[in-house]
Amino acid sequence: MNAFDYEAPQSVDEAISLLSAGNGNIGILAGGTDLIAQLKEGRKIDLMLDLKQIPEATALSFDEDSGLSIGAATSCSKIYSYDVVKNHYPALVDCTSLIGSIQIQNRGSVGGNFCNASPAADTPPAVIVLGGTCRIAGPNGTREVAAEDFFSGPGQSVLQSGEFLISIQVPTPAANSGAFFLRFIPRNEMDIAVANAAASVVLDSEKTTIQEARVAIGAVAPTPLLVADAGAALAGKAVDDEDAIEAACAASRAAARPISDMRGTIEQRIHLSGVLTRRAIQGAIQRAKES
Amino acid sequence: MPGKVHVTTTINGESVEFLCEPRQTILEVLRDQLDLTGTKEGCSNGNCGACSILVDGNVIDSCLMMGVEAEGQEITTIEGVASADGLHPLQQKFLEHAALQCGICTPGFIVAAKALLDQESDPSEERIRLYLAGNLCRCTGYDKIVRAVQDAASEMAE
Repeated sequence: MNAFDYEAPQSVDEAISLLSAGNGNIGILAGGTDLIAQLKEGRKIDLMLDLKQIPEATALSFDEDSGLSIGAATSCSKIYSYDVVKNHYPALVDCTSLIGSIQIQNRGSVGGNFCNASPAADTPPAVIVLGGTCRIAGPNGTREVAAEDFFSGPGQSVLQSGEFLISIQVPTPAANSGAFFLRFIPRNEMDIAVANAAASVVLDSEKTTIQEARVAIGAVAPTPLLVADAGAALAGKAVDDEDAIEAACAASRAAARPISDMRGTIEQRIHLSGVLTRRAIQGAIQRAKES
Repeated sequence: MPGKVHVTTTINGESVEFLCEPRQTILEVLRDQLDLTGTKEGCSNGNCGACSILVDGNVIDSCLMMGVEAEGQEITTIEGVASADGLHPLQQKFLEHAALQCGICTPGFIVAAKALLDQESDPSEERIRLYLAGNLCRCTGYDKIVRAVQDAASEMAE
């Protein structure tokens, strides 16, 4: 590993100052499960900026009005162990509890998963269907970007030089709502998604009609995708409307534009986008019924 | 050339100070500077778990944590698992069940299993296998390891 300096700022302002003073060749450290592995593979940085001394970056809190706030450096295990997440955001448990091993979950963060911006990242689809937003700090203050708009390509996000992700905000789930995430891997754990999908639904008070729905898919395009057509296909339809669910699956298959690689082919990934969309919708409806 | 950083931490219950370069992982610091060579380097990229240590009770891969991050933390390595009275039940059961062959993965397995049993006194076989999925063993085929952990859990519950 090449030599670099290390700083652990105590505040957002201090981190912004350090980012502005640097020459841009800065590695931002949360859990390190991507960054440190990349440094070992030859990535060169001049400064490692550790976010974990910034209170907002490691906070995990919930407020009925503002929803869930997940500090960018909060570990996956802290998130899925949090009672509020277990009780009100099970789709976040789905994704954070299947990333890597326990060792990785104890270090790796949702913020890091976003900023590493792997097309196959497992947390973005769930955050997207939950209506999450990314709070970004920069020299001109903070700005918020919808989770689905955060990614611009493989390994690329809308973060500009001098900016960093502070936290992810997830609204309080509506009444009679549910969300679900799943992925396909050819083994039981410790793998990277061939494809993944998440869905959220809001049902009417009778829990028979879908009022609103969101579907997101991953590992099948350069970035995680919100499939607006899939959500639209479900809105206003009965929870057991097979044609509507099939239309949503078709929308996901149409939105997918995957590559073939060691994990799967284009054909398999397009097929999986439909299968996983169906299962995510069914899982979300089930959870909404139980809510 | 960046200077060395002074780090104060707690390792196996003792206050420890060391100087390290920012580019050194805590695994390198433990093994090369502090002579705590029980923690093994396997893949060095977070896949095999041979370098597992506990940080504030949470099991992590020490190859993916920088030495400078140890500031103010409580670290437990394999050297801190046994007590003055003797081996930890996990260590004893690994011996009794012959849950090791070459032994390189063993410190990581014991440390990870300790993290599990510190949190859950009676984990199911499925839970043990899932929890230890981040520790790879190329010799035993895992069954003996799982049985050793189950047996240690039973003994610790008594």
